[in-house]
Amino acid sequence: MAEEAVKIEKKSGSFFIDKVKEILPAGGNLNACLTCGLCASGCPATGLRDMDPRKFLRMAALGMDEEIKKSEWVWMCSMCTRCMYACPMQINIPQLVFNARKLTPREERPKGILASCDMAMKNPTLSAMGTTQEDFEFVVQDILDEVREEQPEWEERDLQAPMDKQGAYFFLNQNSREPMVEPEEMVPLWKILNIVGADWTYGSTGWAGENYCLFLADDPAWEKHTRGTLGKADELGCKVFLNTE
Amino acid sequence: MRKTFGDRAADNLRFVIESCVGKENFIDTFPNKSNNFCCGGGGGYLQSGYKEERLQYGKIKDAQIQATGATYVIAGCHNCHAQLHELGEHYGAHYHVVHIWTVICLALGVLAPSERTYLGPELQEVNLPKTEEDDE
Repeated sequence: MAEEAVKIEKKSGSFFIDKVKEILPAGGNLNACLTCGLCASGCPATGLRDMDPRKFLRMAALGMDEEIKKSEWVWMCSMCTRCMYACPMQINIPQLVFNARKLTPREERPKGILASCDMAMKNPTLSAMGTTQEDFEFVVQDILDEVREEQPEWEERDLQAPMDKQGAYFFLNQNSREPMVEPEEMVPLWKILNIVGADWTYGSTGWAGENYCLFLADDPAWEKHTRGTLGKADELGCKVFLNTE
Repeated sequence: MRKTFGDRAADNLRFVIESCVGKENFIDTFPNKSNNFCCGGGGGYLQSGYKEERLQYGKIKDAQIQATGATYVIAGCHNCHAQLHELGEHYGAHYHVVHIWTVICLALGVLAPSERTYLGPELQEVNLPKTEEDDE
């Protein structure tokens, strides 16, 4: 409980919660809160920075925009949507949190997320680790050669890891950490795709699945990331996008 | 699952896992499916710099897993894998964290020794692919 009553400034002009209502279908039901607390009771982020989903929503409803702007809690919510699922009014608190991330100027948002997004935007691979097209192609080929040599049955079975295969049915993306940090973790997936006879391909560009621009709440950048990867799948004529991320 | 594909996809995954390890060896978490808790590896958390908070957030997930008594946890994605692995170490738990493709290949008998990084010692020799030496 608050130590003293929260005094609300006279509500005038445009408030943060109103702006979010404008962009969500049915206003995200943001004015339908019954204050029951189901959201807060089942949220793993409850208690961090003395905040919880109900409190966050109530603060927005009361127009406490400055306090919301200052709260680092928006980066401690993973936007898992459990609150919205549990809510009897299906209030879209996760979208409220997502949009509240935008209240912090871009350059002041968490450095790790910011740097990961910026790195992805610099390279057509969209890799947050800065993995280039050449690096990815080299690692995939190198690992494939190694498996075919050391595990002869996969030479016989003609194990492949196709790159830019035009007309393949499935387009497969990959988290950068796999080719860069633990490339052998890609192999079991290739084997399964071989056994089931799937016609698949990687893209030499747009293959990186991690979209930190989304987490940064940088709309133009995450749209560019998503269009980049989907555009590659389209260019290759793939029918199904397999998201391993 | 909660966000996009729903409980039907969660059931499909359970079918795959039970087919691989046997129904008697699969222990679900409580609560499960759409009622489940997020591990805290997503949403940018791993790169946000809020490590202490991330571990605190994941405490509920770790407790859920420990309550099953299971030796292996199957992670949904790379971020979950990293977070669950760190949670287990931080909270002194004894579960291994693996990807679903590891379990499928293990069951199919095509998981090479080099692809068993996340398996414990008791599974290193289990269902190894046949080699030429075996045939001789």
